[in-house]
Amino acid sequence: MAVPMLRWVGPGRRCALAWVDRSSRHRREAPTGSTSNGTREQSSVAQQPLRTAQKLRKGEHKWAAVVGLEIHAQISSNSKLFSGSEVCFAAPPNSLVSFFDASLPGTLPVLNRRCVEAAVMTGLALNCHINKKSLFDRKHYFYADLPAGYQITQQRLPIAANGNLMFGVFVGSKRSHMATRTVRVKQIQLEQDSGKSLHDDLRSQTLIDLNRAEGQLRVDANISVHHPGEPLGIRTEVKNLNSIRFLARAIDYEIQRQINELENGGEILNETRSFDCKLGCTVPMRDKEGKQDYRFMPEPNLPPLVLYDTASLPARAQPQQVINIDQIREALPELPSVTRERLVQRYGMLPEHSFMLLNEVGLLQFFQNVMKETRAEPKTVTSWVLNVLLGYLKHQNLAVSESPITPSALAGLLDLLDSKAISSSAAKQVFEELWKGEGKTAVQIVSEKQLGLMQDREALEQLCQSTVEGHPRVVMDIKKGNPRAINKLIGLVRKAALNRADPAMIKALLEKLLA
Amino acid sequence: MNEKGAPDKLAYSRRKRKESGISRVSVALKQGQITPTELCRKCLSLIQKTKFLNAYITVSEEVALKQAEESEERYKKGQSLGDLDGIPVAVKDNFSTSGIETTCASNMLKGYIPPFNATVVQKLLDQGALLMGKTNLDEFAMGSGSTDGVFGPVKNPWSYSKQRREKRQQQAQGESQAAEWLITGGSSGGSAAALAALTCSAALGSDTGGSTRNPAAHCGLVGFKPSYGLVSRHGLIPLVNSMDVPGILTRCVDDTAIVLGVLAGHDPKDSTTVQDPVKPFTLPSLTDVSKLCIGIPKEYAVPELSSEVRSLWSKAAGLFESAGAKVIEVSLPHTSCSIVCYHVLCASEVASNMARFDGLEYGHRCDINVSTEAMYAATRREGFSDVVRGRILSGNFFLLKENYENYFIKAQKVRRLIANDFVNVFNSGVDILLTPTTLSEAVPYLEFIKEDNRTRSAQGDIFTQAVNMAGLPAVSMPAALSHQGLPIGLQFIGRAFCDQKLLTVAKWFEKQVQFPVIQFPELMDGCSLVFENEKLASVSLQQ
Repeated sequence: MAVPMLRWVGPGRRCALAWVDRSSRHRREAPTGSTSNGTREQSSVAQQPLRTAQKLRKGEHKWAAVVGLEIHAQISSNSKLFSGSEVCFAAPPNSLVSFFDASLPGTLPVLNRRCVEAAVMTGLALNCHINKKSLFDRKHYFYADLPAGYQITQQRLPIAANGNLMFGVFVGSKRSHMATRTVRVKQIQLEQDSGKSLHDDLRSQTLIDLNRAEGQLRVDANISVHHPGEPLGIRTEVKNLNSIRFLARAIDYEIQRQINELENGGEILNETRSFDCKLGCTVPMRDKEGKQDYRFMPEPNLPPLVLYDTASLPARAQPQQVINIDQIREALPELPSVTRERLVQRYGMLPEHSFMLLNEVGLLQFFQNVMKETRAEPKTVTSWVLNVLLGYLKHQNLAVSESPITPSALAGLLDLLDSKAISSSAAKQVFEELWKGEGKTAVQIVSEKQLGLMQDREALEQLCQSTVEGHPRVVMDIKKGNPRAINKLIGLVRKAALNRADPAMIKALLEKLLA
Repeated sequence: MNEKGAPDKLAYSRRKRKESGISRVSVALKQGQITPTELCRKCLSLIQKTKFLNAYITVSEEVALKQAEESEERYKKGQSLGDLDGIPVAVKDNFSTSGIETTCASNMLKGYIPPFNATVVQKLLDQGALLMGKTNLDEFAMGSGSTDGVFGPVKNPWSYSKQRREKRQQQAQGESQAAEWLITGGSSGGSAAALAALTCSAALGSDTGGSTRNPAAHCGLVGFKPSYGLVSRHGLIPLVNSMDVPGILTRCVDDTAIVLGVLAGHDPKDSTTVQDPVKPFTLPSLTDVSKLCIGIPKEYAVPELSSEVRSLWSKAAGLFESAGAKVIEVSLPHTSCSIVCYHVLCASEVASNMARFDGLEYGHRCDINVSTEAMYAATRREGFSDVVRGRILSGNFFLLKENYENYFIKAQKVRRLIANDFVNVFNSGVDILLTPTTLSEAVPYLEFIKEDNRTRSAQGDIFTQAVNMAGLPAVSMPAALSHQGLPIGLQFIGRAFCDQKLLTVAKWFEKQVQFPVIQFPELMDGCSLVFENEKLASVSLQQ
């Protein structure tokens, strides 16, 4: 789920899209008698079934954890959900506040079309049912960064519901095997973002920025544990998790805390907690003490949001006044699962490789551009892109777009490798030279550094001959029937050829000489 | 307008047909009989003279004079913007006015100066109207007397009219009683008083449960509540968003049509306004009412209805009948549930709408700063009156999770039934409903305040709030003077978005009843040119 989410959000985006997944329940019995190393790994992608890291003693019950996530993601739009004010990342505080944003009395919300389209698109991408009629509600609470005293959201009838997302996850002791999981999406709702509070404890002040909150992604996790077959446990809500890593750690911690609490005869309170990322634990949130009653009420200033499809589109409708679900569906880009399937089908790629290609922004495009320009096998290209290029990028903390090596340059290199003009170890050297970004082509580097494979068969025969002559003991070994001994000779010949000879050809020549 | 050819004749013919007062003033302005500045100064002087009425909270003298000057320039160049150019208007103090304090008659908003104009205000100004000031009301429009605002009660100009004094003399009532002043009704009482006292040509009220129609009835004015969605609410500080509409107060129906023509239509800032383009509201003079079917809802004949109003109501029905219209008794069976339902929905939305007044961004803020919560509590205790706090408290009670189904949802269902009552009646062939606007004529202040705000509101809104729940257009028409010499209004209710038809019928009625113009000669010197006293006795419906 993290993948598409991250594709939708980015710098400079405002307006909240809450994606609630409260009802998705992942139950998994604890693996009997073993501490599961999988917990970290599994929960590091938040929507996966969670396994309790629980060592069972004889006679003890198994525990199952149930986790639901409420994901708040900002929509990429030029203006806010209900006002015309601009959206801009890192703008000076309160510089992008309309009269509506400041809740001046008499101002009214006006729904942003772009945000509705984004919500429909998200719903379609997550296989949701799109509600042709959805409603807005007011959720009331007093907080300094909520100037109206209520937040406009879609509590009763959201824009999309009942979706699901399939994703892959590495399993097994070496995390080498890719397994597919499904997470259910309860609903997608459009929601107004609150402002941002900056607490100045020193001066006991709170400063408010009504440009609205900064985070592009914020997750609240609802967690409970219970014994399989028994009713669900009391849940706690861990709020405001803003990274996948902290989300995973918070969930792991909270599950374990609840199990410990219950096994020690304690009880779980239905409470709101926060995650202390320094201590790695969850703590009750003090300012949310007491039961909140949000006093939901229909938002009277926004008529029901009505969407159409091509069949239901009124004949007289002005295109700018209606939103056509079918049109958005047609405009939907290829979804990641389809892309991955295509990669597997077309290139015979391993599923995990298709995930890796899509997980990094721009990497798939890079791969496809290399494929367009090279004669090398897809397998070779995949290997070079994922193992070599990605490794270098990660090592230097670079985005794909910042790669000093262009797809064409890599394609040129892989062509040389494919035509056996260079050895793979020479290819690595060429890659390092290319990485320097000096504008040289692979061909230039090969010729300058004399990295080309020895094409002169006679010269290579000569080298083999002298090597055989110079190492009678090794030759003896071979003759005695040690099959590995020939590798030693191959290595020596390669060294003598300054790594520029094709090992396969060396082997053939040696075998001929020794026959 | 024909600038050179026979303007006198045109003016004469207009007068003869008793067309719009605004049109008449407009003609006078075009002909140069009076300049916008002169008109503005006369109104300002009348505002001064009638200050004791407490109709205005803020008199925007400088703004009005500047607007008058600009208007004068346009008239000089023959570039008048239309019928409203140079016309003095008053606006209820719950409409946001850019640069002019907007208080809602609440401590909470004292000193609040909005940075923008309500759409309706902007539209009036765009037509060249002169903004004379902001008028008094019940705090946040919660009331039906214009007695419950922080700036004190509004006095009904009819308390001091020649007509009332004469009646009292005839009935030989004591002077002390004669000094008893009357309420205007409310909550738009300031606008009604300002207009009845001739300090402006038209006024904006707001109407959530009858707040424009009720004071119009008590002050002898035309009080129009448009269909919900026809006129933008943007900038109107809300009471109940789902029922609020800007209301129009004028002295005659044609004036209402002129103002409505300017105000009506889609506003991109208010998503609940109609998308369809709105045609200008010109009203034909109806001569034949024989194809008209007037419905008389039997549930409106409540026991509390004064006999005088009851009798006037049936006379009005008789007027239509004798002119050939079909008049039938109809039933709106859920009427008795209406006021309770209205109170639940009203309180709930009030609780929500008032949540923004926390002392942080604007308006009143208390001195307490030990914590944000303590600041909220003290600010709201100091800023809101008991009436407002009471509605907030009950509204929050209705919205609690445990009560929501039992109160809010039920009230919404009843609201649907009430709206369907109207739909059913109109679908049965009825064109217009005729009802009383209020239970009685205006009562003296001292009598009015004997009951609490809630009881008074329930009585004051009894015939009017159902219309708001159904979103229908309705107009209170002055029908006759009572035995006390006080105005009595009757209400006409139309189908949703058939505002023009409603006003056309109202205009026919207006013509039949010839309601008299208020007379207080001691105030009127120098103003007769503009707001001419048509010394017509009310005959048709006199008791």
